[in-house]
Parts: sequence; structure tokens; C-alpha cells
Amino acid sequence: MKVLVGVKRVLDPQVKARVNADKTGIDLTNAKMTMNPFCENAVEEAIRLKEAGTAEEIIALSIGPAKAEETLRNALALGADRAILVHTEETLEPLAIAKVFKAIIDAEQPQLVMVGKQAIDDDCNQTGQMLSALLDWPQATFASKLEINGDTAKVTREVDAGLETINVNMPAVVTVDLRLNEPRYASLPNVMKAKRKPLDKKDLADLGLDTANRMTTLEVMEPPARAAGIIVESVSELVNKLKNEAKVI
Amino acid sequence: MTVLVIAEHENGALAGATLHTITAAQQIGGDLDVLVAGNGCDAAAQAAAAIAGINRVRVADDVSLEGQLAENMADLIVSLASDYSHVLAPATTFGKNFMPRASALLDVSQISEISAVISADTFERPIYAGNALAKVQSADSIKLITVRTTKFDAANAEGGSAAIETVAAAPDTGKSRFEGVAASESDRVELTSASIVISGGRGMQSGDNFPMLERVADKLGAAVGASRAAVDAGFVPNDYQVGQTGKVIAPDLYIAVGISGAIQHLAGMKDSKTIVAINKDSEAPIFQVADYGLVADLFDAVPELESEL
Ligand SMILES: Cc1cc2nc3c(=O)[nH]c(=O)nc-3n(C[C@H](O)[C@H](O)[C@H](O)COP(=O)(O)OP(=O)(O)OC[C@H]3O[C@@H](n4cnc5c(N)ncnc54)[C@H](O)[C@@H]3O)c2cc1C
Ligand SMILES: Nc1ncnc2c1ncn2[C@@H]1O[C@H](COP(=O)(O)O)[C@@H](O)[C@H]1O
Repeated sequence: MKVLVGVKRVLDPQVKARVNADKTGIDLTNAKMTMNPFCENAVEEAIRLKEAGTAEEIIALSIGPAKAEETLRNALALGADRAILVHTEETLEPLAIAKVFKAIIDAEQPQLVMVGKQAIDDDCNQTGQMLSALLDWPQATFASKLEINGDTAKVTREVDAGLETINVNMPAVVTVDLRLNEPRYASLPNVMKAKRKPLDKKDLADLGLDTANRMTTLEVMEPPARAAGIIVESVSELVNKLKNEAKVI
Repeated sequence: MTVLVIAEHENGALAGATLHTITAAQQIGGDLDVLVAGNGCDAAAQAAAAIAGINRVRVADDVSLEGQLAENMADLIVSLASDYSHVLAPATTFGKNFMPRASALLDVSQISEISAVISADTFERPIYAGNALAKVQSADSIKLITVRTTKFDAANAEGGSAAIETVAAAPDTGKSRFEGVAASESDRVELTSASIVISGGRGMQSGDNFPMLERVADKLGAAVGASRAAVDAGFVPNDYQVGQTGKVIAPDLYIAVGISGAIQHLAGMKDSKTIVAINKDSEAPIFQVADYGLVADLFDAVPELESEL
């Protein structure tokens, strides 16, 4: 089985995002960038499938700026066999990203596609669902457990009520949650080896897709700040404040 | 302009999230329909018809909608979409599952998790775990939107008498099968609808210590939540998780116990009216958003809190 995983380059989750001066987006100048955390889980799961003999080949796909090559090299160092970068300096909406994925998938014919449940920059949580619709494949979102049994997959999904189980026919798109696995770190020898693994660069324009954005960002704003309150000295002072000042109990 | 709200419901009861989503729909304006889809959803349809200000409740009741599989839900929405200018669902795991799928089938972008309605085509939504708000304008002919429920009050569940109309479910795609949900059993109020929430973090040390929070919760009529670290460590089940990638809540009172206050945790609770933090580290970032901070060992403070209430 061939597995394709999506990896997105995003601002490091430990870094606090700040709105840029002209209020058009987040200031990413010299910011620490990394692989979207959920994509790390997708890559890890693909590697485990390969180690278990279920998967033969892992392809990592990223759509983004030239620097996304670093993110793909990271995926290769972790264990992906080859990588594809669809280069664009524009920020595409998930619908457009899904269309690019579909074009690559039509050519590569993987039996399983894994993406993160959400990208921690746009917080959209859309790409996997959209992709499975375009492919006319089933989807299994927010996966915290994946079990492949021949031509079906049993997936445990993290939902608001608890854990849901579904069975999907393969090929399928799975969007992964953080508790699916514990991603490994790349070893130094593997980082070196990854430099020689194949990385195919394509230009978005050459794919001939309509990837025009449907939305215009009119403004990006700082959220209203929450002021720090007071430090109380004791539990009884706290209870007193909650009763008589905040009046919430 | 006609707006369709997809109702979230469970065991015959409408989810609170539905009422909040309806308020967002009312702010957009126009006529308002509600779609109730599922297997055996008569009671939920009756409840939807009683909500004030609904024009029509459309009900798709079919075995193929058991578990509301995304494939069948999306096809159903697509079959109804031509009647609407906007389709809204709550930004819960329910709505997040099928709405992007329906959007792609309609070849439109989805506007995820709106926090405010500016006009019929312009919305505000949080990005970067709520560290920024984007004002976006959609050019799509039909707008598919998920709604951050904490940002909109609940609509009045009573006073309406909308007509109920049956619609056909889309043919079962057969691509996926629903097996079941393992929900955690609790008599306590649900996290997203509770007016008081007490959450525990890694500082709780073990799931065995959570009954300490439960006893306080019982006295306050509160729900119990957790940080991701507490869920990851197996102290409590995943449905307790509050944050960017868990539940987003805004109770009147949020008590964070042994939680440091990472960006991703704050994303799920910083709209709470009053925030209390109990943490032994006076430098913990949670104190920067807390209205009342108590620097103390939680194993002393929580039992004391229980006895003072
Ligand atoms: C992509 C991504 C998504 C994430 N999503 C979420 C999310 O949805 N929700 C979420 O919560 N996190 C999320 N996280 C994780 C988040 O970054 C933090 O790691 C997590 O919130 C930390 O949990 P904590 O505060 O319980 O643990 P810690 O950060 O370890 O803090 C424990 C706190 O307990 C205090 N403490 C310890 N012992 C005691 C004691 N005896 N008495 C009093 N205080 C004590 C300590 O001083 C410390 O401040 C996400 C992370 C990533 C990368
Ligand atoms: N530009 C991209 N390149 C590669 N994968 C992406 C890209 N954008 C989104 N994805 C994948 O889709 C997931 C969900 O993203 P989103 O729908 O934007 O929240 C991410 O975790 C990635 O796995």
C-alpha cells in the first residue's frame, strides 16, 4: 500500500502569534517555523504502517513556499520515502489545497491519505474532509486509533461525546488527532540521509488548477486583551470574592 | 435570503450548540429553516419546531443517517442547498465533520468557526489559537459556515411553532459504517453548557485525584474539564479536554487547578466571565488571565475550597 501524507509548514506552536503592522496577517519575519503538529502524527502513523508491513511507500506532500522544503526534509528524515513540493508563495484556502492534493493523488494513486485534523495557523479543520469529497472517497476525521484490515479501516474518532468508532472502505482519507501516536524524533544519521532522498518540486501554475481564493481577508486584529486580576491570599478570601464581588457562586 | 441551520441533536434532545448557531443565523438575517437529520429524530424535530423564529423544520429520518456519517450528511445538505444563501452548523466535532465535505461538493470555501457576523458576507473568525481575529469576506454564492457557539447567546427554545416537513435522505453511499460511541457516563452537567467549570491539569498528578475536583463540582453544580496534558496522561477521558483542539467554553466561572495556561489551553477558556487559577507557581502564565489567582499547593487549596463552600 502506498500512503500519502500532507505536511504543512506553520509557525511554531510555542511562539505567540503577533499581528503585523499593516494588519493584513501575522508577522512571520524571522519567526520559528515547524511542521504542523498534527502532520507529525500523520507522518508517524505512516511510518508505523510501513514498519508493520502494511505500507510499502510513504510520500510526503507540501504545498507552500520554497522554504517548505525544510518541512519535507524533516518528513524524509523521520521516514518518508520521497517528497513532493508544490510551490506557491500565495496562501491558499483549504478548498484550493484539496484540489492540489487531488491532482497529485490522481497521479500517485495512494490507497491511504493522512492529513492533520487542523492546521494550527488558520485553524480551519477542512482540508481532509474537502479532499475526500473531491476524490469521492470516505473520510475518517479526528482519528485517535487506526486499524487497517485489508480493504477497510476501523477508526476511532475523538468526538465531543467521547470516542466514536467507524469503519471505512479503502481508499480513504484520514485526518489525525494528536493522541493517535507519539511522534518520534529524527536521528542525526537519518537527517543526513534525508538530504539524498527524492524531493520533486512542481510549480503550482503548471498544475493548471483553479486555486483562486474565495475569501478576502479585510483585516487581522489583535483580540481584546484580558487584564490580569488580583492575587488572593487565602481560600476564604477567594470564596468571599466569588460570592460578593464577582457574584458567580 | 434564506438560511439553513443544521441541528445537532442526540437521543431526541437538541444540543445546546444548535440554539447558539440559530442566534448566529438570526444575525445574518432572512428566513430561517432548520434541518434535523438522523435515525429516529422525531423528538428533536419537535423541539426544533418550538424554537422562536423558525420558518420551517425539515426532517430527514432514515437508517442511513444513523451516527450522522459525513458522506451521507454532506450529500443530504447538497441536495437541499439550492434553496439557501447560507448553511450553518455548530463548530463542534459534529459540524466540523461534514460541513467541509458539503462545501467541497458545492465548490465553495467554508468559513470556519465564526466568532461574529459583520454582514451577510463578512464574518470574524479566530486564527492562531485565538491570538488573532481575521475579518473575512466571502465571494461564494452560497456560504457554508461553522459557528463558534460561545460567541453567540442561546436562542429562545420556546415560543415557536414552525411547520415540520419531511425530506428524503440522500442514497446511502455505503462508503462508511457507524459502529458506535463510547461516551463517558456522568450525571454532571455537560462541559459546554455548564455555567461553572472546574478543570484539572498535569498538576493533579493522577486520575485518582480528580474526585477532589468532582466534590467541588458537586457543591457548585459545575462540570469538570481538563488540560490536554491531563488527558494525554490518561487522568480523564478525551471529552474533558478544553482548548484549541478540545472544547471551547465560556462559563460564568472557570477554575483552573494545576494548569499552567499554555496558549492552546487559553484558546478554549479565555472568554469565561470570571477566571480563577490555583497554581503553586506564581510565574505560571495562567495568572496573566485570571481574575483571581491563588498561589498555593492544590492538594491543600482544593479540599479547603470544598469545605468553605
Ligand atoms: C497543536 C497543539 C494543540 C494543543 N491543544 C491543547 C488543548 O486543546 N488544550 C490544552 O489544554 N492544551 C493543548 N495543548 C498543550 C499545551 O501546549 C500544554 O502543553 C498543556 O495545556 C499543558 O497542560 P497543563 O497546564 O496541565 O500542564 P503543565 O504545563 O505541565 O502545567 C502544570 C501546572 O501545574 C502546576 N502544579 C503542579 N503541581 C501543583 C500543585 N501541587 N499545586 C498547584 N499547582 C501545581 C505547575 O506549577 C504547572 O503550572 C496543545 C499543544 C499543541 C502543540
Ligand atoms: N499547504 C499545505 N500543504 C500540505 N498539507 C496541508 C496544507 N494545508 C493543509 N494541509 C493538510 O491539511 C490539514 C488540515 O489543514 P486545515 O484544513 O487548513 O486546518 C493539515 O494538518 C495538513 O495535513
